[in-house]
Amino acid sequence: MTREDTLTAVRRSLDAATRWRWWEMVLGALAIASWWLVGEHALLANEIAILALFAVSLDLVLGYAGIVSLGHAAFFGLGAYTAALFAKLVTPDPLVGLAAAIAAAAVLGSVSSVLILRGSDLARLMVTLGVALVLYELANKLDWLTGGADGLQGVVMGPLLGRFDFDLYGRTAYGYSLVVLVVCVLIARCVVQSPFGVSLKALRDNRLRAMSIGLSVPWRLAAAYTFAAALAGAAGALLAQTSGFASLDVLDFHRSADVLLVLVIGGTGYLYGGIFGAIAFRLLHDLVSAWTPQYWTFWLGLFLVVLMLIGRDRLVRPWAWWSRS
Amino acid sequence: MTVVLETRGLVKRFGGLVATNDVSLSVRRGARHALIGPNGAGKTTLINLLTGVLQPSAGQIALDGVDITRLAPHQRVRRGIVRTFQINQLFHELTPLASLALAVSAQMGLARQWWRPLGRDERVAAACASLLTQFRLDDVMNQRVGSLAYGKRRLLEIATAIACKPRVLLLDEPVAGVPAGERQEISETINALPEEVSVLLIEHDMDLVFNFARTVSVLVNGALFAEGDVQSISNDPRVKAVYLGQGDG
Repeated sequence: MTREDTLTAVRRSLDAATRWRWWEMVLGALAIASWWLVGEHALLANEIAILALFAVSLDLVLGYAGIVSLGHAAFFGLGAYTAALFAKLVTPDPLVGLAAAIAAAAVLGSVSSVLILRGSDLARLMVTLGVALVLYELANKLDWLTGGADGLQGVVMGPLLGRFDFDLYGRTAYGYSLVVLVVCVLIARCVVQSPFGVSLKALRDNRLRAMSIGLSVPWRLAAAYTFAAALAGAAGALLAQTSGFASLDVLDFHRSADVLLVLVIGGTGYLYGGIFGAIAFRLLHDLVSAWTPQYWTFWLGLFLVVLMLIGRDRLVRPWAWWSRS
Repeated sequence: MTVVLETRGLVKRFGGLVATNDVSLSVRRGARHALIGPNGAGKTTLINLLTGVLQPSAGQIALDGVDITRLAPHQRVRRGIVRTFQINQLFHELTPLASLALAVSAQMGLARQWWRPLGRDERVAAACASLLTQFRLDDVMNQRVGSLAYGKRRLLEIATAIACKPRVLLLDEPVAGVPAGERQEISETINALPEEVSVLLIEHDMDLVFNFARTVSVLVNGALFAEGDVQSISNDPRVKAVYLGQGDG
């Protein structure tokens, strides 16, 4: 190849990395269509959208920057409490509350990012878990502010954009969560394709080399963690706002564990794993618990074991069973 | 010729072990300088001190007369001290193109951009294209780095360093592990480096050292043992005794 050919090929390859794939377009079309399709399942769809956003946020930390976390609920919960308190004490406008929750979670993210810069994966698991536990107990103890174990009662949300009231069927709620999810995913997509986003994968791959091409590893990890925390805060705010309630449950350990399971099911490092995982996880939950309410975790556990044994690829693409590579 | 990189009385202790012992080394502009020494002489420790991976126990490092002893590794890279690794350190999940585009973006100060795609800047694409051609990586630029042949990975290792536009390039055993047939390609690449780049070569392969270097420093037990041009070092009986005589070349 001559140099000119190479330059053309380089340009083409760089552009190809950012092109919209067919399945991304299908996913986008389905997201829009879902608004009409969900019918009476809007509340469930709303939960899925919120869980998906939460999982996409963790994916940025886990799948891109390679930081394992067992305490991502800290940001989710802080976002939820901030949004609920904001509606109660300042203004019931949901969008302002959402912005406040995002800001609060981002601040916590950037402060606590100091803790994940050093140490092994195990140390990070423990530190992130610890931060979430501390927040949980704070919310429990500060009952004059948070309502403690009873949760934060009497949160009344104003209408969205001053026009759309949150109804009992969750139509407005789902529309709101869906739009926030789509906007956040679009921003995240932009970020992961940028030099900053690619550098996260690079430093997950090889920190020594990342340093040796002039990248500041701590700054990048902190920025990624803060960004992910902000998205998790948005997810928490959506939950508090659409349910009109915030309780200790939003900071509970099971939230951090569930969102990790969602990514295990959906896959990491390609941005959409959280969305597919959230859909699969919630539908599985709903189907199995409708059939056997008490033992749904048994089937979840069994599903996870099978998933790990067979491999996600072969489960999603059964024809891969017969391919040799 | 002016001195680009200089160390003064550099010492590094690991507990009781003195890995670098009072090393004062000067690398001149445009130098082709080799650093040799038997295994365990402290060559890699010295590189790690120069690049900032390790902090010295005593002494200073100066680039163009400016003290950089306390600068973080990535800050030194931005000032032009770039290294390659004896054992490839690459981004296995990325492609050669993405690796180089990232290094070029970092060098141009674009690596903090999060709002537009990698390589959207025309200068980045142009720099990547010329590196890929120069290092004959154009045919594999979209493959996963982890799946490349060893020789290609070795070339990418050096290409990644060159992408950072080094002023001082530290080559840590560039032909280590490369089969004899492919060494030629790499040593040609090294010989073709721009004249203004100062090169400090750490190498066991004496053919490469004597072909490439004009100045040779010999490191023994962490201290500078001898220094001079290729002729005088290769004829120095003391060097032969401690190093060449061991049949280590």
